[in-house]
Amino acid sequence: MLKLTNEVRRAICEAGERDYPDETCGFILGRLQDDDGGRVGDGVRAVANAREPEEAHHRFKIEPEDFLRAEREAARAGKDIVGIYHSHPDHPAAPSDYDLDHAWPVYSYVIVAVERGRARELASWRLEDDRSRFANEPVGTAGQAGEQAGEQAGET
Amino acid sequence: MAKVFIPTALRAFADGKAQVEVGGATAGEVVAALAELYPDIRRHIYDAEGKLRSYVNVFVGEEDIRNFGGLGAPVPPDGEVTLVPAIAGGVAGALRAAPRQTDGIVRSKAAGRKR
Repeated sequence: MLKLTNEVRRAICEAGERDYPDETCGFILGRLQDDDGGRVGDGVRAVANAREPEEAHHRFKIEPEDFLRAEREAARAGKDIVGIYHSHPDHPAAPSDYDLDHAWPVYSYVIVAVERGRARELASWRLEDDRSRFANEPVGTAGQAGEQAGEQAGET
Repeated sequence: MAKVFIPTALRAFADGKAQVEVGGATAGEVVAALAELYPDIRRHIYDAEGKLRSYVNVFVGEEDIRNFGGLGAPVPPDGEVTLVPAIAGGVAGALRAAPRQTDGIVRSKAAGRKR
């Protein structure tokens, strides 16, 4: 399970709405393993979508320099990069083949579906070790053990 | 021996290590030595043809090897090599018409790829 603080969930949804109709992207910082065996995302680091403007409505890219900066920032705060978030403007919060082809193991891939400018759904996905597919990862709320967060992004 | 810094995403395939030392005089040799040392890393670094995946960036020191010789970039004996994930993705055109998955799993071979 990926447990997000309400602030992180809200920040991801707001970023998706802000950058609509383009895709937004950024890092989720936190702890890969908490006491309950899950992972916690309690911070975000927004980065600019490095794709060309004419492609940004359906693609995102994070430059390696941004990755290095985020990783170092996380390390200084005693955190890890837990995952990557991005938005799917006017599409479901399910990963595409393109997402799969470019995915890394371990990280949580959080997708927020933004429909006509409003965040509607948030889901998290993890790459299987054999790279064959994504598996859905339940999203809960950090600080409220065992509580399952609602799927509707608007609940935040 | 070169120091190789392994990103969080790949540490699980390298006995949890963030840093290892391997031999190699070029970036390509160092990365290959890492893959030999930890075979489970290989599929995440190389594609089926054995080429470095496009979303794997390799830095020697602070320099991206794409700027100085690619995999042939020289690595000093005590050099530092960092694997840096290139993060990319985005909604595919095919997804627009795809039905929602009901089992929580997205299969890898949906029709109508769009690049």
